[in-house]
Amino acid sequence: MKLRNLALATCLALVAIAATAETKEQFFPGLPYRTGPYAPNGVPWANGYSDYLKLVNAKGGINGVKIVYEECETGYDTARGVECYERLKGKHGGATVFQPLSTGITFALTEKAPGDKIPLITAGYGRSESADGSVFKWNFPLAGTYWLAADVIVQAIGKREGGMDKLKGKKIALVYHDSPYGKEPIALLQERSKMLGYELQLLPVTAPGVEQKATWLQVRQSRPDYVLLWGWGVMNSTALKEAQATGYPRDHMYGVWWSGAEPDVKDVGEGAKGYNAVAMQHGAEPQSKVVKDILAMVHDKGQGTGPREEVGQVLYMRGAMSAMLAVEGVRRAQERFGKGKWMSAEQARWGYENLALDQKKLDALGFAGVMRPISTSCVDHLGANWARIHTWDGKAWHFTSDWMQADEQVLKPLVRQTAAKYAAEKKLAPRDAADCQS
Amino acid sequence: MIYRENGQFKTTYRADQQIFPIAQDRLFILAALLLAFVVVPALASGYMFRAILIPFAIMSLAAIGVNILVGYCGQISLGSGAFMAVGAYGAYNFFVRIPDMPVIPALVLGGICAMVFGILFGLPSLRVKGLYLAVATLAAQFFSDWMFLRIKYLTNNSASGSVSVSGLQVFGLPIESDMNKYLFCLCLLAVIALLAKNLVRSAIGREWMAIRDMDVAAAVIGIRPMYAKLTAFAVSSFIIGIAGGLWAFIYLGAGEPAAFSVDMSFRLLFMVIIGGLGSIMGSFFGAAFIVLLPIALNQFLPVLAGLFSIEISTAGISHAELMIFGALIVWFLIVEPHGLAKLWSTGKQKLRLWPFPH
Repeated sequence: MKLRNLALATCLALVAIAATAETKEQFFPGLPYRTGPYAPNGVPWANGYSDYLKLVNAKGGINGVKIVYEECETGYDTARGVECYERLKGKHGGATVFQPLSTGITFALTEKAPGDKIPLITAGYGRSESADGSVFKWNFPLAGTYWLAADVIVQAIGKREGGMDKLKGKKIALVYHDSPYGKEPIALLQERSKMLGYELQLLPVTAPGVEQKATWLQVRQSRPDYVLLWGWGVMNSTALKEAQATGYPRDHMYGVWWSGAEPDVKDVGEGAKGYNAVAMQHGAEPQSKVVKDILAMVHDKGQGTGPREEVGQVLYMRGAMSAMLAVEGVRRAQERFGKGKWMSAEQARWGYENLALDQKKLDALGFAGVMRPISTSCVDHLGANWARIHTWDGKAWHFTSDWMQADEQVLKPLVRQTAAKYAAEKKLAPRDAADCQS
Repeated sequence: MIYRENGQFKTTYRADQQIFPIAQDRLFILAALLLAFVVVPALASGYMFRAILIPFAIMSLAAIGVNILVGYCGQISLGSGAFMAVGAYGAYNFFVRIPDMPVIPALVLGGICAMVFGILFGLPSLRVKGLYLAVATLAAQFFSDWMFLRIKYLTNNSASGSVSVSGLQVFGLPIESDMNKYLFCLCLLAVIALLAKNLVRSAIGREWMAIRDMDVAAAVIGIRPMYAKLTAFAVSSFIIGIAGGLWAFIYLGAGEPAAFSVDMSFRLLFMVIIGGLGSIMGSFFGAAFIVLLPIALNQFLPVLAGLFSIEISTAGISHAELMIFGALIVWFLIVEPHGLAKLWSTGKQKLRLWPFPH
């Protein structure tokens, strides 16, 4: 009975695709924030995202299917983001995937996506527990979450101290943006502190974070061995300036990737020398092939979205990589549902759930050295748990660590536990094996 | 010619005291209700429901709440965002902690939480007035921000402080589809707007207005300022609290303190000032102005630019939208300082003489 229904549904779906194929273009909506207090970080991301999609079109689309891109400015406002989502989701034949680029909007859309059957990619941000695909069917925090970032930073500090056991009795302070975004890593850091025995000090900074005198006074009083910076936009440069004023050594500071890009340190310049940040796979990659391709095939033709000199910077690469993952998911879906055909959001979701980007494919896409292979599954929507640390030398970001892997022993139980709590609150049944095939 | 009360004689006190004494007004309201409840749901698209109508209905509700406090009782408040947050988190807690909690009691209980919170932060109004009170109510805003970010119990130990609910239903009817959500918000709005309208026409409403117009004189004629002010805070924050619950769980889907920031308080206050202080109708106009106009501008500007084959960037549109919106606010306040509701009543006055103005 069930099988017959399934077969029937597939047939109908195939007919529907056959009817709509050829004519349609694949629509990728964008929800950037090019205005507002976080614009310095939002703009390069959005430029990278749109440039990469243009590059795909310049190369002939996804197996021939061209891409349409349309933006709707959210200004990082959740209510506006929801409106944008509603506005774009039905345009150009239906949105393929949304990348909300804001923790608040991610939380709101997580409740809407299952009903609309549109996947969400939150590459490196969003809610960490959504890595559990058995509960979060439509969320894909591909290649990184805040928990992963926090775990890698703790490991990097451990390595620097000469072993994880040396962290016992150390004091680590978390200076964070007081919002769902900034609070995400706390759960993992507390878990780690229980295991390793370091003391965790939580220092919230009220958004947008231009006033941090009190916070750094606390830092001066308690003298933590390390400071983790979970800041954003103007908060980052302020924190670094305050650290400089307080005399806190910058090389003992570790930032998340939102605190580890050019706009964050540019204003501080030499003062931020030695400051570290976790790079979710990539850093600034001006030498990579994909950047050269974008320069040659998009910017040289006068179609570039942003200033040419920003191409290849950290957040620009983040946007490009996010776009690449979105496109490759569709390409993967085409392998199953028909090459060179338009993919519905539901079909694309299958693609994201079964991503298999090996090194060869990444090299071909121009991402050699930029990132490591990713493969997702029904249970694992994260796909890869590697990251690196890069350090600001006063002029540019340079990698100062090898690839590091987040500890599955820590991450997995925490993800499962939190996802289970979410499922219980929402009275969701975990997906069964049949659902995984669909 | 059409709109005049000639020949409509009131023979009972009841008829004389009804909300809309003129038959044409009653017909108009009936038509508006018919439009909102029947025609709109039949015609509106998913986008209209989810991005336009639902936020408009919820914001109108909140604006009615703010109008009772600011417009009728004259207590300027910048804590409306906080009252919304308390309503939303209150409803969330009742919803999550009590199994099979139906949504209406949860919202009402959330509203009661907001009411208690509102009375508490309304206490300074007994001593301070005017702009000073606005500053004092800001405390509510900062306190609620702090409370929902720091007290883990209130967010059910959610890691990020963001909360959401699912499985909302009224008498077994799930509130899942766009139309159900819209109708649900609209029903609440209609009922509460009717209650509010009657409340401001009653003895207590007149007490509020007396306090607003001159509190010393009001006290002299026997109105207790404490009672009048605190009831205004209570009723207002109750309504705002319900709107907060709806905003978080029906519109956004997930609530976080940032959704109820001081920004929201300002927007609500602007709604009431632009719509018309001391007018239930004005609350609707104000909500429409603040909620719908930016979205309309945002969609209309690219089209307009397209006519002249100019391409504006996303950021450009967004900046232009802010500038035009700001200019319109200033323009409206200069042209009609009493708000859009005043334009409405002027229009009605003109209509009585139409087409033979003397």
